Amino acid sequence: MRFVTEYRDRKAAERYSALIRESVTRDWRIMEVCGGQTHSIVKYGIDQLLPEELTLIHGPGCPVCVTPVEMVDQAVEIASREGVIFCSFGDMLRVPGTANDLLGVKAAGGDVRMVYSPMDAVSLARENPDRQVVFFAVGFETTAPVTAAAVMQARRLELGNFSMLVSHVLVPPAMNAVLSSPECAVNGFLAAGHVCSVMGYREYEPIAEEYGVPIVVTGFEPLDILEGVHMCVELLEDGRNVVRNQYRRVVTREGNGSAIGMIRDVFQVTDRKWRGLGPIPMSGLGLRDRYREFDAGVRFDVSGLTVSESGRCISGEVLRGVRRPDECPAFGGECTPEHPLGAPMVSSEGACAAYYRYRFSGSEE
Amino acid sequence: MNDLIERMMIRAFSNPLLDRRHDGAVMPCEGGRLAYATDSHVITPLFFPGGDIGALSVYGTVNDLAMCGARPKWLSAGFILEEGFPMEDLWRIVVSMSLAAERTGVSIVTGDTKVVDRGKGDGIYINTSGLGYVPDGVDIAPRRTAEGDAVVLSGDIGRHGIAIMALREGIGLESSISSDLAPLNFMAEDLVEAGLDIHCMRDLTRGGLASGLCEIAATAGVRVRLEEDAVPVRPDVMAACEILGFDPLYVANEGKFVAILPQEQAEMALSIMREHEQGAEAAIIGRVSDTGRSGTVTMTSSIGASRIVHMMSGEQLPRIC
Repeated sequence: MRFVTEYRDRKAAERYSALIRESVTRDWRIMEVCGGQTHSIVKYGIDQLLPEELTLIHGPGCPVCVTPVEMVDQAVEIASREGVIFCSFGDMLRVPGTANDLLGVKAAGGDVRMVYSPMDAVSLARENPDRQVVFFAVGFETTAPVTAAAVMQARRLELGNFSMLVSHVLVPPAMNAVLSSPECAVNGFLAAGHVCSVMGYREYEPIAEEYGVPIVVTGFEPLDILEGVHMCVELLEDGRNVVRNQYRRVVTREGNGSAIGMIRDVFQVTDRKWRGLGPIPMSGLGLRDRYREFDAGVRFDVSGLTVSESGRCISGEVLRGVRRPDECPAFGGECTPEHPLGAPMVSSEGACAAYYRYRFSGSEE
Repeated sequence: MNDLIERMMIRAFSNPLLDRRHDGAVMPCEGGRLAYATDSHVITPLFFPGGDIGALSVYGTVNDLAMCGARPKWLSAGFILEEGFPMEDLWRIVVSMSLAAERTGVSIVTGDTKVVDRGKGDGIYINTSGLGYVPDGVDIAPRRTAEGDAVVLSGDIGRHGIAIMALREGIGLESSISSDLAPLNFMAEDLVEAGLDIHCMRDLTRGGLASGLCEIAATAGVRVRLEEDAVPVRPDVMAACEILGFDPLYVANEGKFVAILPQEQAEMALSIMREHEQGAEAAIIGRVSDTGRSGTVTMTSSIGASRIVHMMSGEQLPRIC
C-alpha cells in the first residue's frame, strides 16, 4: 500500500538499526511523547532493533489516558440524564470512572453513541432538535481544530441543543512537567508528529534550550521512528540541544495557520488536571467566553461529584515514564483490557494496552 | 402466519423432505458419522455489499460443517420476525437463502417462524442448524494441530468487517469494499478428497484470523508463529484499517478459513485452494512452532521483530487520532 508499506520495509529498518548502533557510545533514555508512537514501537518490535544502550521511555501522549477521572465522571453523569444523546470517540467508552464507564451507561439504557468526528455530533443535534446532544471533546492539539470547527458550525446553525464537555490538553506543558520532575531521567524526546502537523514546532525550541534536551519531531511508521531515534542519538552524542524535524513530509516549523486560527478563535488556554501528572498550569483548552453557551459543564450542573480512583493502578507513574506497564503488580492479572483498572489499559494509544496486546504471554514463561 | 410460511418459505425452499409438511424432517442415514452445527444471525444492516442475512445464515452453518470435514446436506431454518417487518425484505432474504442453499448443495428441510411485538426484535433474526456426513477416515479437530504443521490461509482477510463497518457507521470510502461472504464447503471438500492429512480447519468469522488461531493454539496447547508480510490484505481494506486504527488480524471475514496440516503437504493445499475463485489469494502464513509458550500465537512483524498476538477482547473501538 503506497505511503504505508514503504515505511515498514525490513531491509531499510535493518539499515537504520545499524546506523544507530554505529552512532551510540553510551546510555541514553529517549521518551516518545505520543501514544501512537508507543503502539508502533511495541507492535512492530522497534525496540528490539535498538542497541542495549538505548532505552525508549513511553510518554504521556495518550489523550484518553490523561483525561482525569473527574472528567469521565462528569461524562457519565451527563450521559445518564434523561433526553441526552452523549457522543464520544470510541476509545473513551470503556475508560473507568469512579463507579461506571460510558459503555455501562449505554448498557443501562443511556443514549451513548460512538462518533468518528465532532461534526457527526453536530448533525445529530440538527436531526434531534428535542434532545440535548453532548460531545465529549477529548484530545491533544491534533483534534482541537475539528472540535473548534464543530463549535463554529453549531453557532452558524444556531443549535440550542448542542454542547460539549471539553477536555483538550496541550503537549508542550506536559513535556515541561515531565522535565521539571525530580524523577525525570529523559535525555531526549521524539515529539508527536501529528500534534506538530497542526501546531508546528517553534514552541518546542525554548524547551530544548531551557532543559538541555534534543527534540526530534517524529512520525509514526516504523522507519519514521527509527530515523527519529537515529537523529536524536546523533544530537545527544554531539551535545546539541536543538529541535529537528524527521516528519518533513507532514510537518513544517510554522504549522497549519488556519487550523491554529480556528483553535484560537474558539478556545483559550486554561489550567487543566491530568491523570497521572496532576494539575498543570496553562496545559489545556477551554471554550472562550463568547462560546460559553456550548459548554456542557455550564449547561448541566455536574458539580459535587465524589471522585475516587483505583489505588492499585500505577497509571500515574506509567504516564510520567517512571515505570513500565509490565512493572505494575496488577498488569495482566487484575488489570486487563476486559477489566481495566486505568485508562492506559483501555485506549488504543495507551502504553498498558500496547504491552498487553503485543507483549503479554501469560503470567509465566 | 400459515399463509406466510406457505407462500414464502415452502415455495422458496421446496424439496422432497420439506414438501412432506410434517412436524420434522425424516432423512435417510447411511451409517458412518454425522457432523452437526448451528449458528444464529442477528446482524445490522440486513443487506450489505456482497450479501445479506439470508445468504449469511446458510453459509454460516454450511461453513461450520465444512470445517469439520463434513459434506453439508440438510439445514433447518428458524425465523424470528419483528411485527411490521416488510414482506418484500423477507422475500428478498428467503430467496437469497434458497439460492445459497442451491449453490452449496444443501436442502432446507425443516423450519419455524415466530413473530415478536414491534420493538422487541431487530427486524429479523435467523437461526440455522445443519447436518452433514463426515467421510470415513477424516478426523479434523483443533486438538490434532501439531508441531511442524503449516498454517495455510484461504485468501485475503478483513473484507466483511470493513464492508459492514463502512455501511453501519456511514464512513465514505473511495472504493466500495464488498463482503467476502462465500461458501467454503467445496474448497474444504477438495482438500479432504485430495487425501491431505488435514489436522484442523477453522473459518475466520468474528474476531478474525487472530482469534481463530488463538483458539486453536489454546485448545491444542501448541505455539503458532505467523509472518505478518505473508498475510494477504487488500490495499483498500488496509487503508480503511489504517484510518480507523483497526488491526486486520481481528476484522471479521465470512468466506475465509485456515487449514493446518503437515508442512510437506502445504504447497499442495495451497494449489488446491488457488483453483477456486475465492482462494486465488491463498497463502502459507505461518507454522506451528516449538519455541515460545504453549497455547500462544506470535508474529514476526514486517520489520523483522516479534510480538504476541492475542485473542480479541471486546469490540475493536476506533481511535481518536
